Amino acid sequence: MHVGIILFLVILGSVLFHIFTPWYWTDIASNWGGMDDTITLTFWVGGGVFVAVCLFMIYCVFKFSYKENRRSEYKPEDKRLEKILTWATTLGVVALLAPGLMIWNQYVNVPKNAREVDVMAWQWGWQYRLPGEDGKLGTTKITNINDENPFGINPEDPFGKDDVMIQSDVLNLENNQPVKILLRSVDVLHNWYVPQFRAKMDAVPGIVTYYWFEPNKAGEYEVLCVEYCGVGHYAMRGTVIVQDNQEYENWLKEQETFSDLIANQENNIEINKKKLAKK
Amino acid sequence: MSEDYNDNKTIQAQSSEAISGGGSVSPDLDYVRPAEIPDQDLYHGHSFLTKWVFCQDAKVIGVQYFLLATFTGIIGLILSWLMRLQLGFPGAAGFMTAEHYYQFVTMHGMIMVVYFLTALFLGGFGNFLIPLMVGARDMVFPYLNMVSFWSFFVAVAVLLASFFVPGGPTGAGWTLYPPQTILEGTPGSGWGILLMCISLILFVAGFTMGGLNYLITVLQARTRGMTLMRMPLTVWGIFTATVLAMLAFPALLVGALMMTLDKVLQTSFFMPTILKAGEVLEYGGGSPILFQHLFWFFGHPEVYIVALPAFGIVSDLISVHARKNIFGYRMMVWAIVGIGALSFFVWAHHMYVSGMNPWFGFFFATTTLIIAVPTAMKVYNWILTLWRGNIRMNVVMLWCLGFIITFVNGGITGIFLGNVSVDVPLSDTYFVIAHFHMVMGIAPLMVIMGAVYHWFPLVSGRFLDEKLGKWHFWLTFLGAYSIYFPMHYLGFIGVPRRYFEMYDSPYMTSAVGMNEFISTAAFIVGAAQFILIYNIIKTLKTGKPAGHNPWKANSLEWLTPKVPPEHGNWGERLPVVHRWPYDFSVPGAKEDFIPQTTPPSEVAHTEAEKT
Repeated sequence: MHVGIILFLVILGSVLFHIFTPWYWTDIASNWGGMDDTITLTFWVGGGVFVAVCLFMIYCVFKFSYKENRRSEYKPEDKRLEKILTWATTLGVVALLAPGLMIWNQYVNVPKNAREVDVMAWQWGWQYRLPGEDGKLGTTKITNINDENPFGINPEDPFGKDDVMIQSDVLNLENNQPVKILLRSVDVLHNWYVPQFRAKMDAVPGIVTYYWFEPNKAGEYEVLCVEYCGVGHYAMRGTVIVQDNQEYENWLKEQETFSDLIANQENNIEINKKKLAKK
Repeated sequence: MSEDYNDNKTIQAQSSEAISGGGSVSPDLDYVRPAEIPDQDLYHGHSFLTKWVFCQDAKVIGVQYFLLATFTGIIGLILSWLMRLQLGFPGAAGFMTAEHYYQFVTMHGMIMVVYFLTALFLGGFGNFLIPLMVGARDMVFPYLNMVSFWSFFVAVAVLLASFFVPGGPTGAGWTLYPPQTILEGTPGSGWGILLMCISLILFVAGFTMGGLNYLITVLQARTRGMTLMRMPLTVWGIFTATVLAMLAFPALLVGALMMTLDKVLQTSFFMPTILKAGEVLEYGGGSPILFQHLFWFFGHPEVYIVALPAFGIVSDLISVHARKNIFGYRMMVWAIVGIGALSFFVWAHHMYVSGMNPWFGFFFATTTLIIAVPTAMKVYNWILTLWRGNIRMNVVMLWCLGFIITFVNGGITGIFLGNVSVDVPLSDTYFVIAHFHMVMGIAPLMVIMGAVYHWFPLVSGRFLDEKLGKWHFWLTFLGAYSIYFPMHYLGFIGVPRRYFEMYDSPYMTSAVGMNEFISTAAFIVGAAQFILIYNIIKTLKTGKPAGHNPWKANSLEWLTPKVPPEHGNWGERLPVVHRWPYDFSVPGAKEDFIPQTTPPSEVAHTEAEKT
């Protein structure tokens, strides 16, 4: 008797916990609301199955507890019942899979107007690169990376000259503008994730991976590395600031481009030469 | 050698009438095909060393596996305490650095999955139960079986040795993803990872020896009348899991070998061009994702290597203690085989956000959700077995009920994670941790515990104490459920896994209280396991004697002439099987069970269906 009651309380407690939980999603700040909706749907269907199965089991515990003079039913199979259950389950699974795949289809097809962002990861930090006025990112190579060329841009690539370089872990994004995050890593696996945007993907050394989202709520968000990358993993954070168009444009203007950097360096060399000459 | 059984060999060739004693009804009814091969010749140990250490008796080897796996599991448990101490009460353990934390995470994961669960289910239960349940005298290759255990012993020794080498054990996470695994920046990237790879290679080698034994024993050494469709589901589960292991472990083996070569010889199987501290390393052209494919080609079937034996065992426990045949036996068998086959087509659902070609997601989400159908069928059949049963509410049944709840819970959250786009926000968060602990940690553990309480009377001849058992169950079940059920919600907030500390983020502050709660529950659940150890020690000394077939079960392991069964299991004559092991509460029968060896002529007046 008490077994059934305790188990019933466990199930009841689970349902109540779910309804009243203070721990739930952060407020979504991107276009991926469909993911949240599919999760809610899965909660209804899956949660329903969980509660139904457990309550059925608990009912059996109450109803069919051992009695010396009773015999169990002898019924090895029930083909019809098994068939019904199989098809009902299949139907439920299809109902959950279909929206899941539809959203995945959006996830892997990046909209044409998405702005590219090169997210470069290392142990343990981030830096970002945006295309310049030509709208295209220059090609890169790990072996090109050095103090003068922090992103490893191919010096011969004309598209790379005007690339905007953000040598900080703070990235600004324009509100309501889709972005295609291009991920690369110079050492180990990383993953650039903002919980409020829902979307994520690993950065893998040797290849460029991608995903996209459209931020739709201005504000400041924390970036987490969510693929284990060694002892500094938990401290590998960054920041994203989502701004409205005007603010964003103002910010963008202040950023240094690759040619700025080269010019500055040449400038520095000139200054140093002059200093030397004076001495 | 085996003089005890020499005179048996000729007897085996006789027809079954003589053996079953012959009924008053037509002898044809009881006909069982005569034996085709002579009885197995066994090596009987004569010294302490050959009887208890380098023993060739599968039952002793099973117990050896069980004890060593449990010992390793206790180390895994202590590591989890240390992790929970850091997560619930950061800084409480002064020595805890991030390096230590990651080493404990890694060793906990690897120990629990491979050296505890796999070794315990297949090495422990497999060895003890297969020969007894199929009516064999022993495994077909007893010597190889002994070597299998001692390979496992060396593998464990090498694994534990890594705690004492310079740099300590590897802290790469149990998935060992390169490149970080073998690069500085990950603890134990020198000796630690090397010993891990060597230990895994030894484990796989040893396991292959045992696995071949289980397969060939099931296929070739079943006693007369024991058709495949009369085998207990326990044997089906362990058998199918072993097939999976034989196909999956080689992927882990080559992965570990290639990693070792990348580490020692600077090959670049998994290593692309890497820039570290401003220097370009001597690697180039390799693919980190290749390792993930190899790892999960092993790793996903591995989930079922643990789950299928649990499915099988729990089916038998439920049937025996509900005094009712397992509902839909054939469906159960095909579900086990089907799940096993499908488990080789779902591995990349662990890699939706790994950077593999994202179009794979469609395929793997579909295959993954298809697997939910046979799995759900198994759940339905368990609860339908309870329906109109006559359920003994003993400790064994409690563990079974606990299993159903935790398994369904963990299975449902698996549908979240398998459904590709739903996985995106949840992967790499505590939702994943909660999911897999519920479904492949706690649920199989419930079955292990149920199995211990169920078969202990066979192993030792004594009943474990019910009262202590109930304390053990309720503390473990309620405790574990309150660890992992709320943990899912940490994942919803977005708390990432493998974070040494995380409380400085604004939306994670609410996680602090929950983490303290979870950690406290984890300490209690861990401590509760020592109740079982105390119970076992107490029972061995003063436990209630169990006698023959104390649960009134039908399967062969309870029908040995001696309890506990001796070496060779069956005394002079092998048993002859006439039916499936689930003839409980057959209308018309005097008792509510008909053992597998009962010939049809003896129960001709009942409604027992032909099996």
